[in-house]
Amino acid sequence: MSETLRLLKRLWAFIRRKPLDNDLEAELAAHLQMAIDDNIARGLKPIEARRLALISMGGMEQARYRQREARGFMTLDVLKQDLKYTLRTLWRDPSFTIVAALILALAIGANIAVFSVVNTLLLRPLPFPNAHELVWIAPPPAKCGLSCATYSTDAYDEFRTGSRSYQDVTGYFAFSGPDNLSLNLGGAPIPATSIDVIQNFFQLLGVHAQMGRVFRPEDARNGAAPVILLSNAWWKRQFNSDPNIVGKAFDMNGQQTTVIGVLPESFDFGAVFAPGTKVDAITPLNLYGPPRDWGNIITMIGRMKPGVTLGQAVDEAARVAPHMCWNNKQPRSCGDYKDGVVPVPLKDYISGKLRRSLVVLWSAVGAILLIACVNLSNLLLARAAARAKEFAMRGALGASRGRIVRQLLTESLVLSGLGAIFGFMLAVILVQWLAHQGAIALPLLSTLHMDSAAVGWTALIAIFSATLFGLVPGLRMAGGNVYESLKDAGPGATASRKHERTRSVLVVSEVALACMLLVGAGLLLRSFINVLNVDLGFEPDHAAAIKVDYNDTVPNDKNGDLAAQKRGVIFQQILSRVGALPGVEAAGMVDYLPLRQNRAWGLPFPKGVKRPEKIDSGPLVYVISPGYMRAMGTPIRGRDFTWSDGPKSEPVVLINKSFAKFLAGFAKWPNGDAVGQSLSNGSDADLHVVGIVDDVHEENVDGDTGWQIYYPMTQAGPNGAELVVRTRMNPASLAGPVLAALREMNPKQPAAEFKPIRLLVNHAVSGRQFFMLLVVAFAVLGLLLAALGIYGVISYTVTRQTQEIGIRMALGASAGKVRQRVLLSTMRLALIGVAIGLCASLECARMMAALLFNTSPWDIVTYGSMALLLLVIAAFSGYVPAFRASRINPIVALRTN
Amino acid sequence: MSPEKLDLLQGTLDLMVLQTLTVMGSMHGYGIARRIEQVSANEVLLNQGTIYASLVRLEQRGWISSSWGTSDNNRKAKFYAITAAGKRQLAADARYWERLKDVMERVLTMEDSAEGADA
Repeated sequence: MSETLRLLKRLWAFIRRKPLDNDLEAELAAHLQMAIDDNIARGLKPIEARRLALISMGGMEQARYRQREARGFMTLDVLKQDLKYTLRTLWRDPSFTIVAALILALAIGANIAVFSVVNTLLLRPLPFPNAHELVWIAPPPAKCGLSCATYSTDAYDEFRTGSRSYQDVTGYFAFSGPDNLSLNLGGAPIPATSIDVIQNFFQLLGVHAQMGRVFRPEDARNGAAPVILLSNAWWKRQFNSDPNIVGKAFDMNGQQTTVIGVLPESFDFGAVFAPGTKVDAITPLNLYGPPRDWGNIITMIGRMKPGVTLGQAVDEAARVAPHMCWNNKQPRSCGDYKDGVVPVPLKDYISGKLRRSLVVLWSAVGAILLIACVNLSNLLLARAAARAKEFAMRGALGASRGRIVRQLLTESLVLSGLGAIFGFMLAVILVQWLAHQGAIALPLLSTLHMDSAAVGWTALIAIFSATLFGLVPGLRMAGGNVYESLKDAGPGATASRKHERTRSVLVVSEVALACMLLVGAGLLLRSFINVLNVDLGFEPDHAAAIKVDYNDTVPNDKNGDLAAQKRGVIFQQILSRVGALPGVEAAGMVDYLPLRQNRAWGLPFPKGVKRPEKIDSGPLVYVISPGYMRAMGTPIRGRDFTWSDGPKSEPVVLINKSFAKFLAGFAKWPNGDAVGQSLSNGSDADLHVVGIVDDVHEENVDGDTGWQIYYPMTQAGPNGAELVVRTRMNPASLAGPVLAALREMNPKQPAAEFKPIRLLVNHAVSGRQFFMLLVVAFAVLGLLLAALGIYGVISYTVTRQTQEIGIRMALGASAGKVRQRVLLSTMRLALIGVAIGLCASLECARMMAALLFNTSPWDIVTYGSMALLLLVIAAFSGYVPAFRASRINPIVALRTN
Repeated sequence: MSPEKLDLLQGTLDLMVLQTLTVMGSMHGYGIARRIEQVSANEVLLNQGTIYASLVRLEQRGWISSSWGTSDNNRKAKFYAITAAGKRQLAADARYWERLKDVMERVLTMEDSAEGADA
C-alpha cells in the first residue's frame, strides 16, 4: 500500500521536478545555515564554521543527488538527458537525420503495409464472429469448373438434414454474373450486381443488418414478395444513404422489390467470396422454386457446432455424401457426390492459396528492412568515426562504457522512432490505397485497415531495427581504446582499419541481400511476362463486351422452342444492327465470357461408343450466337453456327481441340477428325459437331485449359447474353454508339458497363501482378539502398585515403590509375556480395518455384541480368568517389594534416 | 571492532529518523541529523546530507509529514512530524530489530564459535 503510494509520488516527482528541486535547495540552504550558526555559537570563526558545516553535511551535490534518486526515477532522468542530447546532435546534422529517417521510413512503412496485408489475409480470423467454426464445403478441384464445385438443391437439403456436425449449413447461387440486376428509377435502367443466397446465410455468418433486418425463411418461399438487402456501399452511392430506405420498394428486373435492410460496412460479399468484384445487393434464393431443377448451383458454407473438429466434420461428410442425390426424382443420380463433399476451413478456402505469395512478400519486405538497417549501421559507423574524439573525451571524463553505449542506443531509438512515425504514415496511405483497389482479385482487400496489431508491429520493428543498426556502431565505439582515439592517429590507424573492415562486411551483406531481392523480383517479373504472353485462345485486345437485356418469354411455350425462336429473332436483329455500326468488325453473343463464370452439362460422347465408367467431369458449356468466335478472335476449323441452326433443325455444337482430342481417343473417326461427327448426349437428340475451335483459357490465365463445348443460342437456353464487339479502333469509343443502338431496340437496356475484354484478362492476372509489382518495387528500393551503401563506404574510404592518394599522385600515379584503384575496390566488394547473393538466391528460388510460371527457378537469364544490373549500379555508385579521388590535388592533399 | 565509524545498514537510518521524530516531536532535517549524531555518540558514519534522501522516502510512503516553519533562532526550515501510519511502522520495525538483535546475539555467542571469536 505504502509502496504504491510511493510509486505514484515518485512519478509525480519525476514530472514536477522544478518546484521540488527549489524546495530541496531551500531546505539544504537552511540546514547549512543552521550548522554554521551552531558552529559560530561554539566560538568558531565564520569561515571555519562554514567549512566544518560543509564537511559534516558530506557534500551538497551528493545530498542533492541522493535525495533526487530517492524521490524520483534517476534512470528516467538519465534517459531524458540522453534524449535531449540526442535531439540536439541530430538537429545539428540535419542532412544525416533526414537521410536516415527517410531510409527507415521507407523500410518500416513497407513492412507495416505488408504486415497489414498479411495480417488481414492470413493471420487475422475472417471478419465474422467465431470464424473458426466456418467451413467451405466443396468437392476436390475438378476440370469442369463451377458446376463441379457446387451442389444441387436436393443435395444441399440432404446434406443439411443428414449432418450432425453443424449448427447450420447455408450457401449461395454461384452463377450470378455482374450487372444481373436492373434498377428502374424512371430514367435509363441502372445496372447492378446481386447475389442470391439461402435465407439463413446471414444468421449463419453472424452478420446483422445495419438497418432493417436480414432474410427470414418466409422471404424465400414460393410466392413470397420480392425483397432485397442493399450493400452499404450501394446504399450510399445509389440511394444517397437514405436513412428511410427500409420498407421502400423499387422496380428491379421488372418487379416491385422491397428493401428490407442495409448491410453493415464491415460485410463485403465480394471481398470474401468473389475477390475483385463488387456485389451491390443480396436477394434470397428460393430453393423450392425453379432452381430445384437447375442442377449444381449452390456453394455450401457450414458453421460447425462448438467443439466439433474439422476431422469429425470431414468424416461425417464422407458418410453423408453417398446419400446425396443430384436430383431426388432421378434415383440413379444418388451417390453422384460420393467423395465429393469435403469441408475445409473457410479461411483456407479464401486465402489459403495466397499463403506462399504472402510469405515471399513478407520475406522481401524483411530483406528491405535488413538492408535499411545495414545502411543505417554504415551511416552511424561513419558518424561514430567522426565522433570518436567526442566519446573518448566523455570516457576520459568518467562516462562509463555502458553509459556511452546507452547514449548511442538512444540515438538509434530516436532515429528509428522518427522512421517509424513517418513509416506509419506512409503505411496508412499505402493501406488506404490498397483497400480501394477493388479491381485486384485478392480476397479481403477491402477490409484492409490499420489496427492495434499494426501499431504493435510498428513498435516492434522500430525497436528491433534500432538495436540492429545501433548495436554494431555502439559496441565498436565503446570498445575503442580511449587513449588511441584521443591521440587520433589519423590515416592508417588500426581502429579506423577495423572500422573499415566492419563497413565492408556490412556493404557486402547489403549487396547480397539486394541481389537476392533482385533475383526474386526478376523471376516473378519473367513469370508475369510469360503469363501475359500465354495464347489465351482469344484476342483480348480491340474487343469489348456489354451485358444485353432481352425478353424471350413466350406464353404457353411447352419445350422452349418458341422462346428459342424469339431469341433468335431478337439477337439476329441486335447483331445486324450493331454489326452495321461504323468501326465494328464483328459482333456476337455469349452467355458466359471467358475468365468469368462457367458451367458444365454432363459429358456428350461419340455416338455408338460405350462410355468408360469413371469420367466424372464434362466439358464447360457456352451458349453462343453466330459470329461470336469471330468477335472473340477464336479461330474455327469447320463452320460457325448460322441463324438457320434453329430449334427445329439438327442440333449442332462446336467443341474445342482438347475435347476433340479426348473424344477421338474413343471413337474410330476417319483421321481422328471430330468435324462432321455426331455425339450422343444420353437421352436428347444427337449433337452434330460442325467445327473445332482453339482451347480457350476459361478459368485462369496461368493454368491448363480444359474441355469446352459451344451450343447455339437458338438451340439451347443461354444464361443471359453478353454482346461482344470487335473493332480496329479503341473499344471505348464504341461504348456510346453500341449502347444507343441497344437502347433504341430495347428501352429497358440498362447502361451496363462496356468492358474491354482485356480487362477480364487483367482481372484474372491482377493477383499475380499485385505480388509481382510489390516485389519488384521492393527490389528497386533494395537496389537503391545498396547503391547508397556502396557510395557511402567508398567515398568515406577515399576521404580517409586522401593523403595516401596524394602521395601516389605525387610519385607519378595518373588520374586514371587512381580512379581504377578505387573502382576496383568497389567492384571487389560488389562481386563478393553478388556471389554470395546468387548462391543464397538459388536456395530461395526453390521455395518460390510454385509461384513461377513457365520459368525455371534457376533461370540463367534472370540470374545473369540481375547480377549484371547490380554490378553496373555498383560501378556507378563507386564512380563518383573514384572520380573525386582522381581530382585530388597532391599538393593540397599532402599539406592537410 | 575497528575504530572507524559504523556504516549504516540499509534501512536503519529510516528507523532512526522515525524514532527521533516520535521522541522529539516535530523537527527539521538538521535537528534530526544532529540528534542522531548525539545519541549515537558520534559512532555512526552519517553524512548529514543523506538524511534528506531518507526523509523524502519516508514522506512518500506517508509515514511522516512536512511543513515549512520557523526554527528557534528564527530561520525558515522544513519541519517533519511522524504520522499515525509512521508510528505503526516504527513499532513493527522496532520489533523486527529486537528479534534480529536477539538472533545475532545468540549466533555470535555460540559456544563452538569461541575459538574464532577473538578477532
